[in-house]
Amino acid sequence: MAEDPASRPVVVKLPAALVRLFPEATRQVEIPASVATVGDAIDALDRRWPGMRDRICDTTPCIRRHMNVFVRGERSDLETRLEPGDEMVVLTAISGG
Amino acid sequence: MTNKVLILVGTKKGAFVLESDAARKSWELRGPYCETWPMNHVIADPATGTILAGGGSEWFGPAVWKSDDLGTTWTHSSAGLAYPEGETPIKAVWSLAKSGASLYAGVDPAGLFRSDDGGETWSHLGGLRNHPSRPHWNPGGAGLILHSLLPHPEDDKRLWVGISAAGVFHTADGGETWETRNRGTRADFMPEDQRYPEFGQCVHCLVMAPGMPDRLYQQNHCGMYRSDDGGRQWTSIEAGLPSSFGFPAAAHPRDPSTLYLLPLNGDSAGRYVPDGKAAVWRTRDGGETWEDLRDGLPQGNTYFGVLRQAMATDRLEPAGVYFGTSTGSLYASADEGDSWTCVAQHLPTVLSVETMVVEA
Repeated sequence: MAEDPASRPVVVKLPAALVRLFPEATRQVEIPASVATVGDAIDALDRRWPGMRDRICDTTPCIRRHMNVFVRGERSDLETRLEPGDEMVVLTAISGG
Repeated sequence: MTNKVLILVGTKKGAFVLESDAARKSWELRGPYCETWPMNHVIADPATGTILAGGGSEWFGPAVWKSDDLGTTWTHSSAGLAYPEGETPIKAVWSLAKSGASLYAGVDPAGLFRSDDGGETWSHLGGLRNHPSRPHWNPGGAGLILHSLLPHPEDDKRLWVGISAAGVFHTADGGETWETRNRGTRADFMPEDQRYPEFGQCVHCLVMAPGMPDRLYQQNHCGMYRSDDGGRQWTSIEAGLPSSFGFPAAAHPRDPSTLYLLPLNGDSAGRYVPDGKAAVWRTRDGGETWEDLRDGLPQGNTYFGVLRQAMATDRLEPAGVYFGTSTGSLYASADEGDSWTCVAQHLPTVLSVETMVVEA
């Protein structure tokens, strides 16, 4: 039986520096396709690894200034819609000194 | 019996721990810890031996890190360490203090949080930010930071905080209401007729005299001061010092009249040690007179500064005194400041120094 495209999970890729903060976390994780937005996906990450939302988002609430989330190759915000099968890439931006 | 002495070092790139025995002659460096996040303040809870580190990452935001095994393994949390949605988010934790079973954290932008579960979760003590002066607080060079936290040792409802550049505030009701405590401290950066305001002074560091909770010392952007009435009135103690400017202050562990300062050459002169020669200045009489302590410190071509939380004492007899520099060196004295040894160099910029004595 063919796979239902609407049920394909969202694949989230996480940066190594973030994964190191959560001993159980993995660089790649699949989130159920039912998540509607990037914000929902980050909430799902937080349920899996409590505290992860605060590392990606501030309390404005926004994606942190020096973090980037790309969906379909575009820089996104918390309201960006996710489609089944999307790849959501979380990256640390240039920062520091 | 003293088993070991730890120097806890917060730096721009992680936390470090130096360890020695009671003689404090040789030190072993460990770290970096906390994933090399900037760590503004690393403290010890002497009751439990827990090390707590407060800081903030440009990538990942503020958190308090915790180690129950003297630095080998760490966890971190920022649960509850947040202002309401829409307000400027917290950038970093700047100061930590233990008071009874509670832990306090001061943050940037200035505000105060308390944890009653050892730093796992935090609650905002909103009274400070509800103070009528709040709309008029202005940031200092490092931001609008709550950098000094002094819980009263016997009355857990009383607490003093220092905010750059809002000044000193005191609560007697556990943080619900606050009073300014800045009378007698100058604000040289204000117009001539406004230099003693109720608030807005640039306090750099606030410390409490041992055994005398109402005796406070303060290194300010504009002078050094002592108060004997819990900060209601401050008196200048800068006569005899090489400048009126500096960042850190460190109280002696037992003598309320002994204080250590590290004056710098001025706010617009590079903020180095004066004349390119390093000295810690000590008073034994509450600031009436001062002596410069130079034995073992570099006395030429020296252009480091020492930041506000980067000097500390230990509780041994004689007391150890320690400071870390903006150039990543750490100096230690095992004889109350009379002589000094460089115990680490080439560290990242040192942001804080604290100590812990571990009993056998």
